[in-house]
Amino acid sequence: MLEVGYSVPRFDARSKVTGEEKYAADCFPEGFAWGGVKRAGIAHAKIVGIETAPARALAGVIAVLTHQDVPGTNRQGLVHKDQPVLAAEKVRHWGDPVALVIAESRETLARALSLIRVDLEPLPGVFDAEQALRPQAPLVHESGNLLLKGEIRAGKGEDALGECEIVVEETFEVPFQEHAFIETENGVAWQEADGTICMHVSSQAPFRDRFEIAHALGIDPLKIRVSSPYLGGGFGGKDGATVQCLLALAALNSGGRPVKMSWDREESFVAGYKRHPVRMYYRLGARPDGTLHGLHCRLYWDTGPYAHLGGEVMELGMEHAGGPYRIPNTEIEGWCVYTNNPISGAMRGFGVCQVSFAFERVMDLLAKKLGMDPLALRIKNGLRRGDKNCCGVTMVHSTGIVPCLEALGRHRLWTERDEWKRSAGPFKRRGTGIAAVLNAMGYGRGLPDSAIARVELTPEGKIRVFCGVVDMGQGNSNAFLQIAGEILCQDSSCVELVHPDTGRTHPSGSSSAGRTTYTYGNALIRACEELKAKLFHRTALFLMLDEPRGLALAPGAVRHLPTNREVPLAMLGKSFPESDRVCISEYVMPVAQDVPDTGKDFSIGFPHVLFSHAAHIACVEVDELTGKVTVEKYLAVTEGGRIINPQGFEQQVHGAVGQGIGYALMERLMMKDGRILNPDFTNYILPTSLDLPDLDSIAVETVEPTGPFGMKGIGEVGINAPLPAIASAIEDAVGAAVNRAPISAACVLHALSGRERANDADGGVQR
Amino acid sequence: MKISFTLNGKSTEVDVAPDRRVVDLLREDLRLTGTKEGCGAGECGACTILVNGESRLSCLMLAAQLEGRCVTTIEGIGEEGRLHPVQEAFIECGAVQCGFCSPGMVISAVDLLGRDPNPGRGEIRRGLSGNLCRCTGYVKIVDAVETAARRMNAASDVKPDAGEKERVVPGAPGQGQRR
Ligand code: FES
Ligand code: FES
Repeated sequence: MLEVGYSVPRFDARSKVTGEEKYAADCFPEGFAWGGVKRAGIAHAKIVGIETAPARALAGVIAVLTHQDVPGTNRQGLVHKDQPVLAAEKVRHWGDPVALVIAESRETLARALSLIRVDLEPLPGVFDAEQALRPQAPLVHESGNLLLKGEIRAGKGEDALGECEIVVEETFEVPFQEHAFIETENGVAWQEADGTICMHVSSQAPFRDRFEIAHALGIDPLKIRVSSPYLGGGFGGKDGATVQCLLALAALNSGGRPVKMSWDREESFVAGYKRHPVRMYYRLGARPDGTLHGLHCRLYWDTGPYAHLGGEVMELGMEHAGGPYRIPNTEIEGWCVYTNNPISGAMRGFGVCQVSFAFERVMDLLAKKLGMDPLALRIKNGLRRGDKNCCGVTMVHSTGIVPCLEALGRHRLWTERDEWKRSAGPFKRRGTGIAAVLNAMGYGRGLPDSAIARVELTPEGKIRVFCGVVDMGQGNSNAFLQIAGEILCQDSSCVELVHPDTGRTHPSGSSSAGRTTYTYGNALIRACEELKAKLFHRTALFLMLDEPRGLALAPGAVRHLPTNREVPLAMLGKSFPESDRVCISEYVMPVAQDVPDTGKDFSIGFPHVLFSHAAHIACVEVDELTGKVTVEKYLAVTEGGRIINPQGFEQQVHGAVGQGIGYALMERLMMKDGRILNPDFTNYILPTSLDLPDLDSIAVETVEPTGPFGMKGIGEVGINAPLPAIASAIEDAVGAAVNRAPISAACVLHALSGRERANDADGGVQR
Repeated sequence: MKISFTLNGKSTEVDVAPDRRVVDLLREDLRLTGTKEGCGAGECGACTILVNGESRLSCLMLAAQLEGRCVTTIEGIGEEGRLHPVQEAFIECGAVQCGFCSPGMVISAVDLLGRDPNPGRGEIRRGLSGNLCRCTGYVKIVDAVETAARRMNAASDVKPDAGEKERVVPGAPGQGQRR
């Protein structure tokens, strides 16, 4: 039986372990051609000309297209339309697309791409957010390099720091992070006889893709159909156009043939989205008893050459800049800046991951300065329901940071930490560190976070859930079937899922923002309840009851309890037309009602009102001879309301922590003048099975009354804590502050040897 | 060039360019799309197959190298209508999220258990270290391989010798000696 609250193994796991599941990458339609892109290969330049004739002349080339062949605005972008489908007058980053080729085979495609000559006039580039704001900086866009300046203020703002007896101050830097999903960006597209463009694509937002394509290529959005199967990972990197507009353009020019485009790993690195690098200047002030009183921060976000979701990422980061704490006076300033670096955008943690490093590090600094236990300091200042957060928004929903910290405090990793540290072997040092984090759910104000669920009783008597929101691996599909099974009392053999398809399912927003299961799940609950009522009414007809009472759903049937008579669902399914077997329902996430008089620069997203919380502890061992840091033990305590599937919950926590450990210790994008020097898994190091410990996960189950069965999204919150927790643990082990990530062994070694780091460009540790 | 080999138990002949990558031969030409490509450069393990019973990266092999060999892809793991214990354990233990690494991971685990039927968690981690997974943090994958090993040993050890006994503890997933 599918029941909520139980670790039902994921129904999609079977077809995935047998290899039967068809991802977009597995789609090779009859008679397809290959599409591919010529990338600029320079970070900033004027395009003088594009020589395509030799490529066109090559046998097996179907079309070579440039910006001149783009029928619409040639502009894509989720909020600001500033990103060309094919670059016209200028190249703004290394991976900018300048030409699109369609060819018979992959070999011909590669050859044709190499024959395209782009005549470029190099321009000086800018590769740092703060430098890009200087008056003489090269302009990425003629309108200037500032995409968005934002400010959030509460209470007396910065002035309150003058009233603080204790003020700590530090600067932090966090790097790019690559999503590194194993399935790269890809899809297939074709044009139907009636002109409709159909696309099967690895995307987190098929409904929005339609509008992106429509705008960029000047096509009627209703003449575009986009479907997305399971994704081989997404993490934010497939939220927004990757191959979509290019593929649609290819489909318009392929003579009716399907076109397949699949970025190889290098192209995924070069052209794909990244997590924003940020430089963060923090000042935090407190009273002598440790009560937080004032926060001032300035945050510089490098968004690369195009807006994409840069402004929204910065907004969410700024909204979380004060952490899960009560700080009455805050002034949070942010600059989201264009550079000629790769494009930054959505990635799990969406801006929050970056600021979490800074606020947790200054909390440690403060604890040290106060001589206070870092856990006690956090519990003392932790947000409770009814408190106002750092933006002045009242926490009216479940607010579980204090219970998380208390659970951590009872765990043996915390209570036995001194003993564990003392038992380090020769040439080893051990340290422990904690971090408390939160993560908002949903789109925030300015854009309704809604979903539309459709559920059908099929003629065969099965329950079919039409899901409009993508499963990129996080398991929301399974949660949906569990919800339907729970309400309609069916087991997994009697429920089935229809994947997101703009032609079959209803718009339900993107798979992102910790909203996927929450928003669609709520819509689905309503739809299932309606279907249940409908089935009872129809059963009453069959059984000639006076009224639809005394009825209950049982596996495969509706039962009349007083008489024990049953009507099989298959009979009901065959007896009524489709219109009478379908229920459709919509849900919109609640938004903050006390919108503070600040954050006016954000057109969408500010503020949020629903948050999940977590407290983590990392236990690390540092090798004195090599500086290598090993995460020996790790615990994540997570509060996300009630849990629909404990196994799925743990999966998300483990995955987020794994990526967070990579972010903290190993993942470094090596950049030179806007070029990625390590666009591969040999030199961009992802955690392997040898690099991660046996992660422990504990759930603090609160109830979120607005959530489906009391749940909140927890897919993101877990990635925010590993970096600050590990940095804190390393500081504990080696006695030197860690203010930059990733924290390399070389930097730890320098700190250990007591040497001042002359050039700290590699990031890491400062004494 | 004509190449003859055994594919998932069936003798197979294909006419293919000798330098065609095996991953393309399998996925595109033979439509065995269970084998995945994640990097094309031998770095991720998503394309892992068994060649003469040993795990190999199909993105680094050329079609001509298959001549006379015995190839098993994920489609050939398990028996008709019955999953391999490793696949079953992956499902039960929650080792699958996006699942794109799973076929390669399963093959590597099958290969590992063929060489070492009783690996500890550390050995499992070493055995799978060539397979990247971006979703799971690996814990549940290691759990799954541990569970599969225990079950496979319980099934084959009809008369376990004394030394092996305590390692052959049948049990539900997650009841193993985790942590
Ligand atoms: S695709 Fe073969 S190792 Fe990555
Ligand atoms: S489950 Fe997604 S990469 Fe392993």
